[in-house]
Amino acid sequence: METDQLIRTLAADNAHRARPVGFALALALLLAAPVSIALFMAELGVRPDVMTAMRNPFFDLKFVVTLALAIPAIAISLHLSRPEASLRGWAWLLLIPIGLLVAGIGGEMMMPQRPPMMKRLIGSNAWNCLTWIPLMALPLLAAALLGLRHGAPTRPATVGAIAGLLSAGLAATLYASHCTDDSPLFVATWYTIATAFVAAIGALAGPKVLRF
Amino acid sequence: MREREDEWTGLMRSAISGDDAAYHRLLRAVTPVLRAAARRGLTRAGQPPDQSEDIVQDILLAVHLKRHTWDANAPFAPWLFAIARNKLIDALRRRGRRVFVNIDDFAETLPGEPAAETVPSSEVAAQLQSLPARQRDVLQSIAVDSASIQDTAKKLAMSEGAVRVALHRGLASLTAKLRGQ
Repeated sequence: METDQLIRTLAADNAHRARPVGFALALALLLAAPVSIALFMAELGVRPDVMTAMRNPFFDLKFVVTLALAIPAIAISLHLSRPEASLRGWAWLLLIPIGLLVAGIGGEMMMPQRPPMMKRLIGSNAWNCLTWIPLMALPLLAAALLGLRHGAPTRPATVGAIAGLLSAGLAATLYASHCTDDSPLFVATWYTIATAFVAAIGALAGPKVLRF
Repeated sequence: MREREDEWTGLMRSAISGDDAAYHRLLRAVTPVLRAAARRGLTRAGQPPDQSEDIVQDILLAVHLKRHTWDANAPFAPWLFAIARNKLIDALRRRGRRVFVNIDDFAETLPGEPAAETVPSSEVAAQLQSLPARQRDVLQSIAVDSASIQDTAKKLAMSEGAVRVALHRGLASLTAKLRGQ
């Protein structure tokens, strides 16, 4: 086909309007969320003492931290779905959850009565955390990658990793309501390892899934 | 340079608000620039520059199918060049690997013989043949026979809406096939 012929054909298709990438991402995540939630309900469930736990600021901080990861990661992934976009000016958003955790750890240090440090760090759910955050994140990660395919990311490994962060952030939000370890030290250790694992899967999948 | 790029941005804005002629003009205006870039890239990679047309068509398809990722408040050229660069790197990587393997084979088994592989002058045309009949007929009619959407609908006894759907799907599956090859 001559290039002129192709151009004429593309011009004839000008009336076609694609949905924005944000729409595709939201739709994909909404379709995958029931899978992760069903997994959560079937295998974990909300911890029984949740009403008391909610009065513990360190319990609440877990949700602030996980959402402070998921929401900026969603914004960055949409930003990077434009081909000319770079991380400059956006990467600092990912420091927010880290800053919150550091503040939380500092705050806990000042508590008069606290269990020994190693006990808080190791907790009693480390293995659960490492298993269930990635497991509940995987359906969300797959959905996020499919949604982001609708964009034109020129840094597919980075966008894949960010998709990993957003799905791990959402999965960790669910998991946090089950887990009885509320110490920011526990969160900073085990949630972070689980999240890094999901981000690595995303970074590996990105170049394969996000090519356009 | 600056003027040219401002003109592109203006044309793309008109295109997005429904001006097909502006879109046509824009694509025609950017094509020589894309072609020059593709030739430069091929030459630098030690490839014959006369294969640039496949890359140009690849870029044009991507521009078309991804134009919803362009922010109408941003200039058009950086967006276009980011897409073009991505596609060019992709194409060179693909070709580079193919050619490298060929040279090896050539050196080991067939000394003195001319290289057998000739890159098709148009990959798009080749992939067109593998599309579902309806998409192929619609693309054929609009691209090759220069028919309008209305005439194509009449000729193929389809509604105009169905022609539009087949046209867009055809372009999307062409692109998917080019990516998968």
